[in-house]
Amino acid sequence: MHGILTIFRKEMGDHFNSLRFLLISALIVMVGVIITSMVGMAIQEELKGMAKPTLIFLLLFTSTGKLFSFVQFIGFFGPLLGIFLGFDAINRERVSRTLSKLVSQPIFRDSIINAKFLSGVAIIAIILVATVLLISGLGIRLIGVVPGVEEVSRLIIYVVISLLYISFWLGISILFSVIFRSAATSALASLAIWIFFSFFVSLGASVLSDAVAPVTQTASGVDAEMLIRHERIQRLTSLVSPMTLYSEATTTILDPMRKTTRTLVLMGPLERFSMSRFQNPLPLLESIFIVIPHIISIVAITLLCFGICYFVFMRQEIRTV
Amino acid sequence: MKGEIIVETEDLTKKYGSRTAVDHLNIKIEEGEVFGFLGPNGAGKTTTLLMFLGLTEPTSGRAKVIGFDPTREPFKVKEKVGYLPENVGFYDDMDARQNLRYIARLNRISGEVSEKRIDYWLEMVGLSDESTKKVGAFSKGMRQRLGIAEVLIKEPKLVFLDEPTIGLDPDGTNRMLDLIHSLSREKNITLFLSSHLLDQVQRICDRVGIMINGNLVAIGPIEELAKNKLGLDQQDYTLEEIYMKYFKEA
Ligand SMILES: Nc1ncnc2c1ncn2[C@@H]1O[C@H](COP(=O)(O)OP(=O)(O)O)[C@@H](O)[C@H]1O
Ligand SMILES: [Mg+2]
Repeated sequence: MHGILTIFRKEMGDHFNSLRFLLISALIVMVGVIITSMVGMAIQEELKGMAKPTLIFLLLFTSTGKLFSFVQFIGFFGPLLGIFLGFDAINRERVSRTLSKLVSQPIFRDSIINAKFLSGVAIIAIILVATVLLISGLGIRLIGVVPGVEEVSRLIIYVVISLLYISFWLGISILFSVIFRSAATSALASLAIWIFFSFFVSLGASVLSDAVAPVTQTASGVDAEMLIRHERIQRLTSLVSPMTLYSEATTTILDPMRKTTRTLVLMGPLERFSMSRFQNPLPLLESIFIVIPHIISIVAITLLCFGICYFVFMRQEIRTV
Repeated sequence: MKGEIIVETEDLTKKYGSRTAVDHLNIKIEEGEVFGFLGPNGAGKTTTLLMFLGLTEPTSGRAKVIGFDPTREPFKVKEKVGYLPENVGFYDDMDARQNLRYIARLNRISGEVSEKRIDYWLEMVGLSDESTKKVGAFSKGMRQRLGIAEVLIKEPKLVFLDEPTIGLDPDGTNRMLDLIHSLSREKNITLFLSSHLLDQVQRICDRVGIMINGNLVAIGPIEELAKNKLGLDQQDYTLEEIYMKYFKEA
């Protein structure tokens, strides 16, 4: 425990003093502010003279406005943030030849990895919480709506899920920083995994579902059962990807009007407002109930990645050459 | 003889694939002695030290360092044993004091005690005036001295130094060796230093062991090795000659 604390403190200091941290925070804050201003003003316009729909505050985070929503931005940029914070965690110390010194101090070897991981998680948490607070503050001013208990709860859950998800990518990049001696190689390997999950898993899912349950056009139209089977296989396969897990979980939490986890219909904010007058949102508890398996899966793959990391690092011989 | 056995090995062997880096090493080091572990590059010196610290597992055989098996209880060994790796690195963007403080904290030394010890050891290795300079700007000699301070700040009983004079000019080497020697005598620390530079190191060693291709080919006080193996009786033998003779035999 002592070792973890000492290394954690040093790593936090390193993060705060690094240009890297400054750049990332500046980028996220900038994008957050721009998106929110645009979305906030759009909502303000559209709401003129209308009764305020329920859970309007969440629209600040989920509305796409002219560009993309904040949630989409984090979904895309989050993995890069995790990778950016961890890709040189261990090999940096290897190259500067401080790693052999570190492992010959009276600390357990895993505390090096743990401390580096935890300091990364702390930095991610700081960035996420600060940005969400900033957007909320801005949003309250812009649309003049104070978030209720449910909206705040949903936002907190969203931050927690995002933290877990980005930490998974941090874990991946730390794993590669253990395996590869060069920081560039480990960054590239992490990016390769990211691209694989982003693009190839969904592609693979549709190929697989086409192969296993092909949808054929018959005289009487499409066989409904076949279509359902096709959809189900595609869905289960794409659940292998942490991206799918994350986007489904956050959509369920932040967009309770949507009754399924699938993105079947695209609606603009106005349509959604009018829909919401006739529909009741999914209650918070039920939303949570739906995303718990997603959360467990994200935590499980992070732990798996950590397990491999320990296995490799514990047995690794560390020389200064 | 001086006292208790502080390092002991029993057929300690390390193989990398088919290559044997250390071959059935049997060695005993007594408390308080200055032992020179000599041999050319690739002889297996660093590998032996790594096994002493529990940083790599022996393929077969056993080692006992300050009474503990480093494979099973590396933590106990690292608490009381200092190790200066070959070509050690530092956090270049921190100053000498911050580097020392980090190592002190990892050894559970903190607060006032730590600051006092940092002052003391900076003074002892002659870096007091440079204590707030970034280590990135240090010369090779200064880095090596800072390395010595880092190893000694935990007040170890036993210290392994891997090539402590590597990269230093002859003058720097002599000063380094004198520093190491006087510190270890003053604090009664057992010194185990590895080197491929033979005649420099012999000066401060009570005993030397000569490693060639993973085998310990000779061990003992230098005079004895010279007399027994070479038939040299005059005073002006060098370890170089002794070493060449073994090298030819091996
Ligand atoms: N990780 C490794 N894999 C394969 N061979 C190695 C490895 N590390 C060291 N060796 C070999 O083991 C031998 C001993 O190396 P080392 O202990 O570093 O020698 P020294 O410190 O005496 O110069 C060398 O021949 C080296 O090539
Ligand atoms: Mg060596």
